[in-house]
Amino acid sequence: MPQIFHSSANTIAKASIFGVVFLVGAIAWVAGSVQRSPYVTGQGEVRDQPVPFSHEHHVRGLGIDCRYCHTSVESSSFAGLPPTQTCMTCHSQIWTNAQILEPVRQSFATGKPLRWNRVHNLPNFVYFNHSIHIAKGVGCATCHGQVDRMPLMWQHASLQMNWCLQCHRDPEKFLRPRSEVFNMNWQPPTPEHPDVAHGNATSQLELGKYLVKEYGVRKDQITNCSVCHR
Amino acid sequence: MRQGTIVPVDINPTRPLRRRLGGAAVALSLALVMAMAGCRRNPDMAEQPKYQPYQPSEFFADGSSARPIVEGTVSRDEHRVGTLLYTGMIDGKLADVFPFPITAADMRRGQERYNIYCSVCHGRLGDGQGMVVQRGFKQPPSYHEKRLIEAPVGHFYDVITHGYGGMYSYAARINSEDRWRIAAYIRALQLSQNAKTADVPADVLQNMRSNQK
Repeated sequence: MPQIFHSSANTIAKASIFGVVFLVGAIAWVAGSVQRSPYVTGQGEVRDQPVPFSHEHHVRGLGIDCRYCHTSVESSSFAGLPPTQTCMTCHSQIWTNAQILEPVRQSFATGKPLRWNRVHNLPNFVYFNHSIHIAKGVGCATCHGQVDRMPLMWQHASLQMNWCLQCHRDPEKFLRPRSEVFNMNWQPPTPEHPDVAHGNATSQLELGKYLVKEYGVRKDQITNCSVCHR
Repeated sequence: MRQGTIVPVDINPTRPLRRRLGGAAVALSLALVMAMAGCRRNPDMAEQPKYQPYQPSEFFADGSSARPIVEGTVSRDEHRVGTLLYTGMIDGKLADVFPFPITAADMRRGQERYNIYCSVCHGRLGDGQGMVVQRGFKQPPSYHEKRLIEAPVGHFYDVITHGYGGMYSYAARINSEDRWRIAAYIRALQLSQNAKTADVPADVLQNMRSNQK
């Protein structure tokens, strides 16, 4: 019988059977990485807007509180996008000739709202409520990043489920006092600067444990599926 | 030479198992990739045919799915239209009393709301030197001038509700109760600028002094 395969085929056969496991693993790893990458999640990507609104200027430069524009953040699921009237509260008098504000003036004159492009977009099968997070001491910057350093708005976090769960599993690592929720520059307490008002906490973990108790964060429930998928 | 060699048939029984494992891994990883893709790509679940807040709409002429409230609508919270709480007036005249007693908690809330909505122009001290004024906005009057010290408290409620001069109405952003709390805090600011140490209760004063150290 003539020989069909070269003897090296043995090695190749062995290697390829073994190798397929690695190949499959590699494919899965690449797919997983792509899935988590900013390419898919849009993390860190600046969205184009009809007006190049700068949070850096308005928050850091002028010291305007988040709630001046995002009025419903404490009481509703949605933080609230300001109506054009809010922009015009100041811009009816300052920067009235600025070309970049033309769409704002147009909107005010015609009553047609500005069409901002949503930066933080969750899939519709996720229920998210801003007000409860504010009430339990999740800082704006914890999820949105240091918005006061963003000349144009981008998405700070991946907004993927494993990112949500990091905090839902261990809220102690992230909570801050309610009074500091809107503070963009809050720092957790340290042994040198303990938080006297909250159990003399000397670290984020100590403070977090105190606040979980104080604010009644129900750790045993907030990882239930139906909390977010209802 | 080589042509003559016979490829040994491996009768190692673990082989088929490995092959099966390999097949299972391929199937599993394919399923995994498809499942991961499924979550995001399934348009029915991620983009359901309903309006999210402030989502654009082709249906309405102004392109907005959020509809403005029909003119003349009375909010369920404001069913007591015509009362002091909602008008700031008694018998058509600006009132000089509060519709509810102002507690320390109300005052703190008033301070917080004042700092959010008012201080940008009126300044944290109420002197009309807020940051936006420093950037060119028309300067509002100081709360510490005689006319405003003498103004009834209903005046501040009225201005927040309807706007005044260059100031727009804040009624859409601040509810009635909070408007009164802000008015109360403005009164406190007015007192603060002409206060003496003797006006401060002894225990509060001690607290202030120990905080200062």
